[in-house]
Amino acid sequence: MANPGIWRNEPAAPRAEPETGRPARAPGNAARGAVAMDPPAGNTLGIHDLLARLDSLAEENYFDGPTADATGPARLGALADPRCYRDPLNIAGWGANGLRAMLGGMIAIRETEIALGRLVESGDVVCPVHLAVGQEAIPVGVSHNLDASDRVFGGHRSHGHYLAQGGDLDQLFAEVLGKDAGCSRGMGGSMHLFAPETGFWGSVPIVGATIPVAVGAALAAKMDGKGAVAVAYFGDGAAEEGVLHEALNMASTMKLPVLFVCENNLYASHMDIAQRQPHDSTARFAHAHAVPAMVVDGNDALAVARAAGRLIGESRAGRGPGYLEAVSYRWYGHVGPDENIDVGLRRSAEELAAWKQRDPVMRLGAAMTARGDLTDADIDSMRADAAARAAQAAERALAAPYPEARALFDYVFARRAG
Amino acid sequence: MNYARGIRDGFQYLLKTYPEVFAIGQGLWSPWYVGASMTDLDKEFGTDRVIDTPVSELATTGAAVGASLCGYRPIVIHPRMDFMILAADQIVNQAAKWSHMMGGRASPAVTVRAIINRGGEQGAQHSQALHSWYAHIPGLRVVTPATASDARDLLIASVLCDAPVLYIDNRWLYECESPDSPVVELKLEEEGPRVLRDGSDVTLVGSGYATWLCLQAAEVLAADGIDAEVVDLRVLNPFEPGAVIRSVRHTGRLVAVDDGWQTCGMAGEIIAAVAEAVEPACLKSRPARITLPDAPAPTSKTLEAAYYPTVEDVVNAALAQLGRAPAPKLAKAS
Ligand SMILES: Cc1ncc(C[n+]2csc(CCOP(=O)(O)OP(=O)(O)O)c2C)c(N)n1
Ligand SMILES: [Mg+2]
Repeated sequence: MANPGIWRNEPAAPRAEPETGRPARAPGNAARGAVAMDPPAGNTLGIHDLLARLDSLAEENYFDGPTADATGPARLGALADPRCYRDPLNIAGWGANGLRAMLGGMIAIRETEIALGRLVESGDVVCPVHLAVGQEAIPVGVSHNLDASDRVFGGHRSHGHYLAQGGDLDQLFAEVLGKDAGCSRGMGGSMHLFAPETGFWGSVPIVGATIPVAVGAALAAKMDGKGAVAVAYFGDGAAEEGVLHEALNMASTMKLPVLFVCENNLYASHMDIAQRQPHDSTARFAHAHAVPAMVVDGNDALAVARAAGRLIGESRAGRGPGYLEAVSYRWYGHVGPDENIDVGLRRSAEELAAWKQRDPVMRLGAAMTARGDLTDADIDSMRADAAARAAQAAERALAAPYPEARALFDYVFARRAG
Repeated sequence: MNYARGIRDGFQYLLKTYPEVFAIGQGLWSPWYVGASMTDLDKEFGTDRVIDTPVSELATTGAAVGASLCGYRPIVIHPRMDFMILAADQIVNQAAKWSHMMGGRASPAVTVRAIINRGGEQGAQHSQALHSWYAHIPGLRVVTPATASDARDLLIASVLCDAPVLYIDNRWLYECESPDSPVVELKLEEEGPRVLRDGSDVTLVGSGYATWLCLQAAEVLAADGIDAEVVDLRVLNPFEPGAVIRSVRHTGRLVAVDDGWQTCGMAGEIIAAVAEAVEPACLKSRPARITLPDAPAPTSKTLEAAYYPTVEDVVNAALAQLGRAPAPKLAKAS
């Protein structure tokens, strides 16, 4: 039996051309058109409805049929192999301005993370700081499809999620340093970011905790009826918490507009995913709950943007949740700027070096310079600008005052803001 | 022997002596999660008996409960008490109640080890000391070692006890030394509060890290000619206040210290026990308590420094009991 819930837009063969649009299976007869897009009656989603709905999403993607069975999809294969997907991105059809914005977004996240890492090394930052260098393409690709009316939630590694939504840089640095000018008034630090004015509705470090919260935000969005969606970012480790399964089931049954984004970086702190799960792809959980899923190269901002766009589009149209598994790798260790070599089964200097060749920034940058959108010097100056902005924000935050002592009690019980 | 070493020695003794003991929890194969308290136990006893797990607190704890019903003596490790809340159903509704619900025929002899890991600007979800919360649960023994030898011997006693036990240790104690002593197999049912230091002027009562605060404060007070008696609770549930009551009858003054929150906390329980049992005429002043303020942990450096009770706070509370002015500023506790 083919697995109806799993979609991949990348062929599994090594060195494969990403985004070929090559269908592995001819679309079924019910694939396109009115039947496919009509939501099924009531809350039940028959297997044919689901197939039809998925086929309607297919376009450039192909259905990962042959490997799927009742136990779930194939392994990530090439997506988890850092020797693959190193080439410049295929940017055909993307305009230079949009790409420049995405590249700039990724560079800004990277330079910010690096600057925060330096503050950890200098001892100015004491709170735990989880850096996401190497994973910048995911939030940039997802937020490409969102605006401030949407509701994004994150976890312990969420600086990028916050920045991609347009979260304020000065407030981020102030927050990490525990200053009153921080986005959470210095009460939360790195792991408790909040910028609802941008659509970023909060990150917390209890693993998996914001998954059901995002489902609730999606319920509110559905009740509002204005087409907003919620996004829950979480890691492959969070997929081991029972709450993901409850949340997927509920969102699916209630057809809530929520995108589950699993940033699968193959590790949860010191543990390789192979030590924790029987499969390295988490999209099988979406399949189990009849939630359409796409598995993409998480170091390809365009693949992420396209897949997220498609799933979010379905959600906005009232057809329920989606699941995006974006495969990536963190260049730093679990916490702080240390590289954490030799933890888990696999992570080694060689593995890290190999993943650095699948650099999401470089791959987009190289494609743009090859097409003549940008020069290498342009990229260098984008990087220098971002670094300078981060350095400035750090300086301002270092000089900013701490909260007053009364802040300890001021926010314990919620009061209506304003 | 320091406290972390005491814990490790306890594990080593149990794993060596009792084949039915195993340890399971997040971070057991990691150099980071549990500090020096379990270093290389996986290498010594194998990864079949020292098991690192997926990020699944609830299932891990439930699995330990299940194995304990079937003859094993598992120790579930939660490297941070805050994350253990995800497993609360298995601890509170299951382990703590099976014996009672099954008419005494079931004995979930599971030990749940929770680590209090706070400070370092980690914030509200990475700082909690929830011992009072769990001590509220009938059927769940709650143990809070304050010394290195108790860290070892109460761990062993917890695992050998047929009832479910929540064993809580605090990373702020890991470096604290106590004199070497031979391993003893205690009966947890017979263990309770203990006087760690004799004195006649004021009684200081604590558990876990709060006991360390009391001991330090007693040193400072001694330099000032004040004899403080320190009572370490050791076992919070079932709570046996006898030693506290005897001490307060003797000193007439009480400072209850707890590194948890005040409302519905252990410090209030201590004072209530004294209020019920000690004749009013015995009391030379009104009992006081030193606790965390009723607020979640902050992250900010300055707020964090104000948040945690210090030796100075305990000293000043004791001085106030004696009608004395606060001491000049002492160095902050670690
Ligand atoms: C409920 C809970 N359990 C455990 C932890 C400790 N912890 C923090 S991050 C982490 C790993 C999470 O891995 P993953 O979800 O893959 O995210 P990544 O760190 O890879 O971004 C763990 C176990 C926690 N914060 N919360
Ligand atoms: Mg991960």
